Amino acid sequence: MTAPSVVPAPREAPNALFEYLLRLGDDRLVLGHRLSEWCGHGPILEEDIALSNVALDLLGQATMLLRLAGEVEGAGRDEDALAYFRDVVDYRNCLLVELPKGDFAFTIARQFLFDVHSVVLLDALSRSATAQLAAIAAKSLKEVKYHVRHSGEWMLKLGDGTEESHRRVQTALNDLWRFTPELFAADDIDRTLLAAGIAPDLAEIGVQWDMLVRDVATRATLTVPDTIARAATARGGRTGAHTEHLGLLLAEMQIVARSHPGAVW
Amino acid sequence: MLPTREAIFAILDGVMDPEVPVLSVRELGIVRDVSIDAAGAVTVTVTPTYSGCPAIRVIEEDITAALRHGGIDDVTIRTTYAPAWTSDWIPESARAKLKAYGIAPPARAESGGALVQLMRTRPAAQCPYCESSQTEVRSEFGSTACKSVCWCRACLQPFEEFKAI
Repeated sequence: MTAPSVVPAPREAPNALFEYLLRLGDDRLVLGHRLSEWCGHGPILEEDIALSNVALDLLGQATMLLRLAGEVEGAGRDEDALAYFRDVVDYRNCLLVELPKGDFAFTIARQFLFDVHSVVLLDALSRSATAQLAAIAAKSLKEVKYHVRHSGEWMLKLGDGTEESHRRVQTALNDLWRFTPELFAADDIDRTLLAAGIAPDLAEIGVQWDMLVRDVATRATLTVPDTIARAATARGGRTGAHTEHLGLLLAEMQIVARSHPGAVW
Repeated sequence: MLPTREAIFAILDGVMDPEVPVLSVRELGIVRDVSIDAAGAVTVTVTPTYSGCPAIRVIEEDITAALRHGGIDDVTIRTTYAPAWTSDWIPESARAKLKAYGIAPPARAESGGALVQLMRTRPAAQCPYCESSQTEVRSEFGSTACKSVCWCRACLQPFEEFKAI
């Protein structure tokens, strides 16, 4: 990436940055909400606490990112306005994070795939030409490093565990794989920000992700489902084309704020 | 008369963290800076420990209330994220207070290193009760974002450790 003083931001950059920050913020908001569904339902107490803690970190990261998005947009929307008063078509999260939580193996496999993406991306973003984004990324990276240790170690335990745990986590990996290409599919927004030194090259992020995921999968005696056809890949979240699951999640998340707008306590 | 930085710091030394009430917000490194303008308006710059720390709003309110109680009415709280908060900012004197309270103080934070580091081995935290090093981390996640749960094999007690980040 390039220092801000060297490359002036292109004219369309503010708008692209707003969209990009929504993507980053919405990924974490939606996944944090999904994880919070385990609160009180974890398989053991330690996991109940762990998943709720990770959910809280993701919610905190989403808050910082959406607040910055609101400032960049300059239309007077804060993080709460963006979280509670946007509809499904205006959400920019990837499809991976909105899928229902499934069983524990599905939750862990999804978390692992996302966490690896997150450490690699945040590490790169900590050198962003946009100073506020670099600061948020550097702070979040410290947290995601222990998130990925948690989900990664569970991949080893489940994959190299019992026949049943292996079967469940392999099934989860097979079902989730077609949602991963969306994480690395660059569009005009990514290209604009890459040229301005604000965001990294998603192709490079994808290469690092692939290497790290394969390493852990191999150690966990799991098979990366390479055979899944390209035609089966699912995407659309970045432009607001979501699965039917997101609307139900948002309904639950937004109902109090929408029923009592401006309420304080 | 304008308030002095020293007077403000003295007030802030009395504002305790709501979740770790033996440490002040200054000892935790949450207060990063204090500035006073010519008209006597005070700006306190704070940084959150963890992104999702639910105590940060309460801490901001407590700081404002303490300063008002000290006769300073014009208070602005400013939030900064850089440099990112680290447990290394907790001074030795405060580490002793943590231990006396029953929370093992944080080890030195690791900087850099591999992005994905599984099954890492690190020196165990000393048990805050019996000082044994025969301890193990049971879970990196505890009752608050800043603590992990450990087990002492010598005195057979669970205890909390302040996380190093």
